[in-house]
Amino acid sequence: MVEPNTDVIQGTLDLLILKTLSLEPMHGFGIARRIEQISRGVFRINPGSLLTALQRLERAGWLDAEWRQTENARRARYYALTRAGRKQLEVETSTWNQRATAIARLLKAEA
Amino acid sequence: MSLWRQVARGVRVLVHRGASDRDVDDEVAHYLDQATAAHVGRGLTEAAARRAAAIEIGNPVVVREQVRDYGWENIAASTAGDLRVAVRRLRTHPGFAVVAVLTLALGIGAATAIFGAVNPILFEPLAYPHADRVVMISDVRADGSRLATTYGTYVEIAQRSRVFQALAAIDAWQPALSGDGEPERLAGQQVSASYFRVLGISPALGRNFADADDRPGGPRVAILSARLVARRFGGDPNVVGRVIDLDGNPFTVIGVMPAGFDNVLEAAADVWTPLQMRPRAAFESREWGHHQAMIGRLEPGVSLDEARRELNAIAHSPQADFPRPAWASLNDGLMVHALQYDVTSGVRPALLAVLGAVVLLLAIACVNVANLLLARGAQRADEFAMRVALGAGRGRLVRQLLTESLVLAACGGVLALGVAEAGVRGLIALTPEGVPRAGAIGLDGRAFAFALLVTAIIGIAVGIAPALRASRNAAGPGLARASSRVAGGHAASRRVLVVAEVALALVLLVGAGLLLRSLAQLFAVAPGFDATNVLTMQIDAAGHRYASDSARLEFFAQALDAVRAVPGVASAAFTSQLPLSGDVDGYGIAFENDAVKSGDEGSALRYAVTPDYFKTMGIPLRAGRLVDAHDLPGAPEALVINESFAKRRFPGQNPIGQRVRVGPELGDAKRPWDYVVGVVGDVKQTSLAVAQEDQFYVASGQWDWVDNVQTLVVRARVQPASLIPLVKRAIWSVDRDQPVTRVATMAALVRQSAAERRFVLIVFEIFAAAALALAAIGLYGVLSGSVAERTREIGVRSALGATQSQILALVVREGMGLTVVGVAIGLAGAVAASRALVTLLFGVSRLDPVTYAGVVVLLAGVSALACWIPASRAARVDPSITLRSE
Repeated sequence: MVEPNTDVIQGTLDLLILKTLSLEPMHGFGIARRIEQISRGVFRINPGSLLTALQRLERAGWLDAEWRQTENARRARYYALTRAGRKQLEVETSTWNQRATAIARLLKAEA
Repeated sequence: MSLWRQVARGVRVLVHRGASDRDVDDEVAHYLDQATAAHVGRGLTEAAARRAAAIEIGNPVVVREQVRDYGWENIAASTAGDLRVAVRRLRTHPGFAVVAVLTLALGIGAATAIFGAVNPILFEPLAYPHADRVVMISDVRADGSRLATTYGTYVEIAQRSRVFQALAAIDAWQPALSGDGEPERLAGQQVSASYFRVLGISPALGRNFADADDRPGGPRVAILSARLVARRFGGDPNVVGRVIDLDGNPFTVIGVMPAGFDNVLEAAADVWTPLQMRPRAAFESREWGHHQAMIGRLEPGVSLDEARRELNAIAHSPQADFPRPAWASLNDGLMVHALQYDVTSGVRPALLAVLGAVVLLLAIACVNVANLLLARGAQRADEFAMRVALGAGRGRLVRQLLTESLVLAACGGVLALGVAEAGVRGLIALTPEGVPRAGAIGLDGRAFAFALLVTAIIGIAVGIAPALRASRNAAGPGLARASSRVAGGHAASRRVLVVAEVALALVLLVGAGLLLRSLAQLFAVAPGFDATNVLTMQIDAAGHRYASDSARLEFFAQALDAVRAVPGVASAAFTSQLPLSGDVDGYGIAFENDAVKSGDEGSALRYAVTPDYFKTMGIPLRAGRLVDAHDLPGAPEALVINESFAKRRFPGQNPIGQRVRVGPELGDAKRPWDYVVGVVGDVKQTSLAVAQEDQFYVASGQWDWVDNVQTLVVRARVQPASLIPLVKRAIWSVDRDQPVTRVATMAALVRQSAAERRFVLIVFEIFAAAALALAAIGLYGVLSGSVAERTREIGVRSALGATQSQILALVVREGMGLTVVGVAIGLAGAVAASRALVTLLFGVSRLDPVTYAGVVVLLAGVSALACWIPASRAARVDPSITLRSE
């Protein structure tokens, strides 16, 4: 039996993170959870990749990170979209849409 | 992307390592908590939820590592870690590290130094604009050899040829400069006005020669070198316009050449003046003598071949407008070469041989480094297997090994710079006099980069091989092999490398051996005179005072008397040319019984000498008498000829009393006959290596003229160099204004005559010794490794009753087997490579059996020694210990 491919499409993780955070600030697990839920389980997020991606986006200036105290005395790191992040989201969304329509057209022509 | 943010975050992580690690830990822990909470929310128990979360997320350690590896600062940190590990590993194996670094330093350093010396001389274009268009034109003898051109030929070519932008004729000129300071003889050139235009360099100060300067009876003008102006005139820019005294004549300085001007035709030249020769001169005049050089600048777009075709067409189609004498008929065509080729042709074989030697050495160095790294890799196979088992990826292993190789290469490279610097200095000190463009020798960055790159690439390629092997094989076989120490076939590539090293070393050793034997043979050649305790120097009789033969004769006679009076002088004499000094002065000679046509006479070296010359030089009398004090001007010329000349021309006859004509205008029937009065021993004039030339001696006063430049030879009772100041003072007591130059002992001249061969020999000896050492190290390394790997086998053997000598023989046989194969291949290589040395050999065949046998014995001896040490170690193996340790 072949396992369904649940990897995030190469290069779209950033877009998914930015989109998810455009609604509200969230911590890492929350982001992973939201992406899984909304994609109805098509995308499963690898925590290592997710946290690395969050660091990268934060360094790029698209995200702000802040530590918050949780109820069971743990620290949680919350991420929020910056203004530059919002712009980047727009850019990435429009490129993605272009590509998606192009691919859809190609597939239709094929059929 | 914000660069500033990148840098700031990275630095913060590096500075607060602990805090940032904790951040990552907390974030991962929180993630795990939340995942667990989510599972609990779906109704799992706490424990089950935690397990499910852990399965979902994977190993939290791996996650943490993954997150932690992000960012430039972490790559930098892990590289620094690799670096630390590499340095630590090298320090714990100092033997390996030292040998590898020294090998690299030697190979790279030597290659850089030699290439730095050879490149500017042989390959770099001359320092003239469009230097490839500057060509040299020579006359050709019937036997195809080169002959100096005549001014007459220059005039004809200048008028008839269409391929040259400019053409120039050049005569050597050594004027005496007098005035302020010590009188000195300068090196200089008399040139046609276009000379500097051919080279494409104009004076930095003043003006170039104009055509109006270069006509018979033209103005006495001179252009000086920047060097001379700095040395003699304090660098005064107002030297232009000054009048200086050259050979007693006033010359107006009209220009100064730029400081960096490289006058390749006569590197020592400090002064230039127009030739001022007559375009239509009688055949007997200087204008038709073969004593000139001719260079030309081709028109743009004209190739060397086109120039050759045109000049040879001119040579083979004489025109009535341009009559030619028999000796400059151009019947054998003209020789045209690029100036670059021409000025370097003399040293080309020597330099190419040296270049070949250094390529061999670099090859040996590369092989040795590869060998060392392979041996190291084999020893570390277990370590790599362990690392792979612990989860190290291929990339991580490769990075670690790459770092080690690069550390080695960097250390080797730094040391190589030192070796190259010392090498270049040594080469400059060793360079035989007269090598063109020796001033351009220097460290060559590109050569260094090339050699470093070659060795580094080999080091890297070989160095990471064990890492790839380890990561390809799963951990299992690697770890399992640790207990199966038997004679392994995996060392095959190292054996091949050792064989290659031995072979390459043999080629170098044979080269060094052949050169060594050549030099020994050369110095065994009797020069024909006794060089011990003989001091020589050149004396001028320059200026108007000495315009007449009798005045010059008088000056030299007085100078000789003064020198004889110096205490410590046993005898002294003057000669017109000195053996092995670079002088070559030959004249036509025709015996009465020869049918001689004008321009076709044989040529013999002329020595116009004072009577004590033979005694001073120790040249033995074979028959008849020597030139003596009774051979005075006006009397029939008394000629003394050398032995082999006499034997060749008068086989079975008595040469004494034969009538002969020598000198210019032989064909003149009214010229009185001269007489052969004696025969003396042969003397080597040009070089120890050339066949014996014909020579004749005549009293200075009896020759057609009295030479104004003569060489004083002094036989000393004391150390000859100690007489130099006294003898100079004696000369100057006769005339304060006469330059004394070329002071040298005869012994030094003999040594110098073999300088080029000696230069190549020294380089070969050094390289061959290094090659021998590297080959021995390679052999030793392979055998030590093999003994270490076979410890168990050897233990078993000796437990089963093998004696120490049997085990010794086992190891030595392995090593000597490699040597024999290497020697066999090397011999074939040496036979082929020796062809490149042929022009440098003297008195030995390139297949000289003594050399080959000697080299094989030497190499075998060194190999045996390299085998003996690991073999004796193997023989001492205690079976009880080795067997127990497994």
